Formats: sequence, C-alpha cells, structure tokens
Amino acid sequence: MGSYVYPKYDYIPPPELTVGACATPTYPVVIVGAGLVGLTLALDLALKGVPVTVLDEDDTVSIGSRSICQAQRTLEVWHRLGVADRMVAKGVTWDTGELFVGEQQVYRFNMQPEPGQRFPAFINLQQYYCEQFLIERCREVAGVDLRFRNKVAGVRPANDHVAVDVDTPDGRYVVRAQWLVACDGVRSAVRGLLKLPYEGEVFDDQFLIADIRMKTALPNIRKYWFYPPFHPDNSVLLHRQADDVLRIDFQLGREADADKERKIENIDRRLRMMFGPDAQWEHEWTSIYKFTCRMLSRFVHGRVIFAGDAAHVVSPFGARGGNSGVQDADNLGWKLALVVKGDAPAALLESYNHERVQAARENIRQSTRSTDFITPKFAASHVLRDAVLDLARDFPFARAMVNSGRLTRPTRCADSPLHATGADGDWAQAPVPGDVLPDAPLANGSRTWATEQVAGRFAVVTFTDAPQALPADAAARLAGPIDIERLAIVSDAGGSSAGWTALHDAEGLLARRCDARPGTTYLVRPDQVIAGRWRSLDLAALADGVRRAAGR
Amino acid sequence: MALRRDLNLARPDDVYNLIVDAHRGLDEAQCRAFDARLILLLANQVGDEAAIREAIDAARSFSSPRESGERKGPMPQAWEGEG
Repeated sequence: MGSYVYPKYDYIPPPELTVGACATPTYPVVIVGAGLVGLTLALDLALKGVPVTVLDEDDTVSIGSRSICQAQRTLEVWHRLGVADRMVAKGVTWDTGELFVGEQQVYRFNMQPEPGQRFPAFINLQQYYCEQFLIERCREVAGVDLRFRNKVAGVRPANDHVAVDVDTPDGRYVVRAQWLVACDGVRSAVRGLLKLPYEGEVFDDQFLIADIRMKTALPNIRKYWFYPPFHPDNSVLLHRQADDVLRIDFQLGREADADKERKIENIDRRLRMMFGPDAQWEHEWTSIYKFTCRMLSRFVHGRVIFAGDAAHVVSPFGARGGNSGVQDADNLGWKLALVVKGDAPAALLESYNHERVQAARENIRQSTRSTDFITPKFAASHVLRDAVLDLARDFPFARAMVNSGRLTRPTRCADSPLHATGADGDWAQAPVPGDVLPDAPLANGSRTWATEQVAGRFAVVTFTDAPQALPADAAARLAGPIDIERLAIVSDAGGSSAGWTALHDAEGLLARRCDARPGTTYLVRPDQVIAGRWRSLDLAALADGVRRAAGR
Repeated sequence: MALRRDLNLARPDDVYNLIVDAHRGLDEAQCRAFDARLILLLANQVGDEAAIREAIDAARSFSSPRESGERKGPMPQAWEGEG
C-alpha cells in the first residue's frame, strides 16, 4: 500500500557505548523525537551554533501522510533553515477554501487575498516528505547528531542537568543534557515518564481518513461539504497532496463501528459514492480517529521542555497541529541558543512557556469551536448549526458562522513580558508587538523579501526617506552580547547609509503593511515576532527593548 | 445597558402576532428549526454583541412564574386597566 518509499536510516552505535560514558560530555541540548518539531528545532539550534543530539526510537519518517497542510508561517521558518523551497516545489500550493451544503457551494474564502509575499498561504505536503527533507537538511549542516533506534527509557532531572536512559539495539546507555526538549509526539514517552497529566477533552464522533492515489483534474482547493449527496448524514473534507494523493476525511458519527469502517471494501464503497463508477484509485494510508484537545498546564518543567504534540494536541481541522508545533520550535530555538551560550538568563525560557501555553490555549479554543460546529453536542446546538447551514445559502452573514475549521494563522504573543510597552503613538491597521512582521518584496540590488532579511537575528527595522541621515554609530550604541541587525527600509532605490543595510521597498508594500511613516521603527526578535514599535528612531529605547526581549 | 427594555416597535401587537402566526402548522422540530433561523437573522440585524449578550442573560435568568410554579393561590382581586 502506498507510493512513497520509506527511507531507512542507519543505526549508528552511540559514542557512549563505544568510547564509554565517562568520556562523553554533558550535551547542551538533547531533543527527543525526530518529527516535524524536533527536526525544525534541531536545525534552528545547529544553524545558531548550538550542537544538538536528537534521539528517535524509529529508523524512518512518519508512517502515513498525517499532517499535510504546511502553512505560510511554517514555510517562512523552514526557509530560514534552508529547506522551504524544496517543500514548495514538491507540495501542492493552495490558498482557497470552498464550503458546500449539500451540492451547493455557499462560501469561498481566500487565505492570502493579497500578493507580494514570499510564500503561499499553504502547501499540502505529506508529513513523510517534510520529515525526509528536514533530515536531509540536518545532514548538510554541522552540529546535528541524529540517533535513530534510540528509545528513551528513563528521565532523571537533576539541578544542573537531565540524565536520560536510552535503549538501543546494543543495549542501554545514559546521556546527560543541560536541556532536554521533548518533541516526541502525542504519546510522549518523556511526558509519561515524568507522570505529567495531559488533560483535556476527547470528542465522541469518529472520523475516517482515506488517503488515496488518483489522477484527477480537481483544482488545488480545500473543499468541505456538510451533508453532501455522496455522504448525506455527515461531513467530508477533501485536500490534494503531492504525487496525486488525495486526502478525504469522512465524518462517521458516534455510533460507527471502527473495525467495520476500516475494512478496505467499506472505504471503497464510500469513495465510489463520492467519485462515481469510473474512478480508479490506490490506497495510500487510512486512519480512524476521534477529535482530541489536550495540553500540559506548563511546557517548561525545570530543564525539561515540551513542544508540539507532546505539549498540546488539537483536532486536525484547521491545520493547527504540525504548524503550531513548528511555531513552538521557532519560539524556543533562539531563546535556548541565547541561554546555552550564556547571553541570556535561563529565566528567558519562562517566556516560551508563557507565549506558547497561550498559543496552545487559543488553538484549543478555536479547535473546540470547530469541533462543536462539525459535531454538535446537544440537540439545540445541532438545530442552530443546521440553521446556520440553511441560511448560508442566501445570507452572507451566516456564511461567516459556518465553521469547518478556522485555518491556522501565526498566534499573536499578546502580553509577553519580552515586549516593550508604553507610549505607543497613533497607528492604523498595523501589527502590534507579539505579531509576526508582515512579509513584502524588497530589493537590495536583487529581489529579496522581508521574511528573508528580517530573520534569525534581532533586527531594528526603520523606515526612512533619508538614509544618509541615520546615525552611523548605531552599531556601537546598540552593542552588547546580542547581535542586532540594522535595516533601513528606503522608498528610493540607491539610498545607502553607513552602519545600516538599505532595503528598497519599491512597491511601498512593507511600509503600507506596517503603517509606516518616515521614522517608524520596529524591533523584531529572531523568530520575526515584533518586540516593540515606535514612531521615531530612538536607539536608547531600542537597546532597552533588546535587553528586555532577551530576558536580561 | 445595551439592551433596550422600553418599547421599540410601533405596532407591538402586529409584530407579536406575526411571530406567533409564523409557527402555525409547524411540528415541534420544525418550530425549533424556525426559531433557530429567526434568532440568527435577528442577532445579525441587532449587530451589537453587548446587546445580544444582555438579551441572552435576560432570557436565561428570567424567572417565569409559570416555570417556577409560583402562580398558585386565589385569583387576583383587582383587574388593572379594565376596572
């Protein structure tokens, strides 16, 4: 079954078992789990000069397509890590969703109505490809020690390190880490070994994923049906993926017999209803599941940090699983790098807990609402849901209430202790501290993008008509242990300035998206989150802002 | 207070009877579906989230003599307005 050939990664006996544990150091960072989240974090840390050891119990990538919708924000993060273009080339690009009630289309939405962004709203690419490309990228960069068939069997936190018992084909060894990051998925071994409660809600309705390979002329659009003629009692979701694979997700209801439904002949009967008598397909992957929303109450437990599904899990509708996990890694990477290098206090990691617990709560809130709409829990909610669907045909207001999964957007880190507050000036339609800086095309001799220029390091982004008037001694006045990029966004080509990198905002798009006037200045964190904004360039305020954002 | 408590309809009897009459001939399930559609249409027309919240609170917390069984005892002696 399936067209994808799963790579098999070699087990290599670890140095602890070949040269002896006494000769091996305490590693700065050990990551458990070589999935989307663990690999993203490993690459980010390695590219920031922090060596990482990644333990994975398996020796291949994700079995099954699983998380397929990779969002713009995820692609921006992966671009910084040097792997997004390969994903985009292989994946299916889309930005539009269509909603049907019965046979009738009632609503069509575009997740990226405005052009002028480096990456599309979404690509669909099977999780196994994403993991494979990330692993291959890990092997190109220095500093990622990938250890396959290394299964965590024990976790013993101490004051200055965490000791981890690891089982391999050659037996057990102990690895010591200054920081242990658990990215080991919804059934996290680390979470289980530390006996941390994983609380939340499991919903009763069952869903069937049928990923099939089928040649089709279908457009690259997310389609969602309530009560379609081919599945009249429930709802259906359809996505296209790479290699002519389709994702069909059938809602089966509460009473469905999972053992019966997973039989291929029964799945084929449902697909035949959907695609008609002439269609031909091969099965790629099937799964029966229930919506689940759970999270840890904290993601930082001393020197053990949780990210991705190990820390929080939501229903898949909305693409908030893998994408929020990548945002966890993005949020954690730069903070952990600063702490390991001694450039920030360990307390900075508490902001990861603050920001990402808040993001997980928001994702669970959104996911629970979608779930309640798709699978109404009580009679009155069912009646109201159906009233919305009925009205949606004729009344635009009701279309906005149809909730088939609110698709992921970067979560705003509101009220973060890292962000500069205070006198804020007057702003219209502008991003606030906690938002990701908008993308826009720029030029520095050749074409580039905001998301490429403002990434991976702290950056001061100032908009100016007179770059020659910018303070040439800005570097000295901002100097400290933390590297700060200085970017001048200029409206005229050819402007330059000592001590600043001039970027030409030819179409004025970045200025418009940032509601910028001459003097407008943003302070941006290495994860492209805005840490402060001002209406004039104030180097003292910026230096303070960097200190605050680094938890110092 | 976003929710109006004073009269906002020129012909209250007409509107009341319009709503009642609209339910004629509907069974229980149809009534429920009808009411749901009507609530959503009117909520969008009201537009004011605070007013909708107050209306929900008022409807939820309303203590109906009929529901609580308070309406026991002798008939009122005075008939206001008709005496």
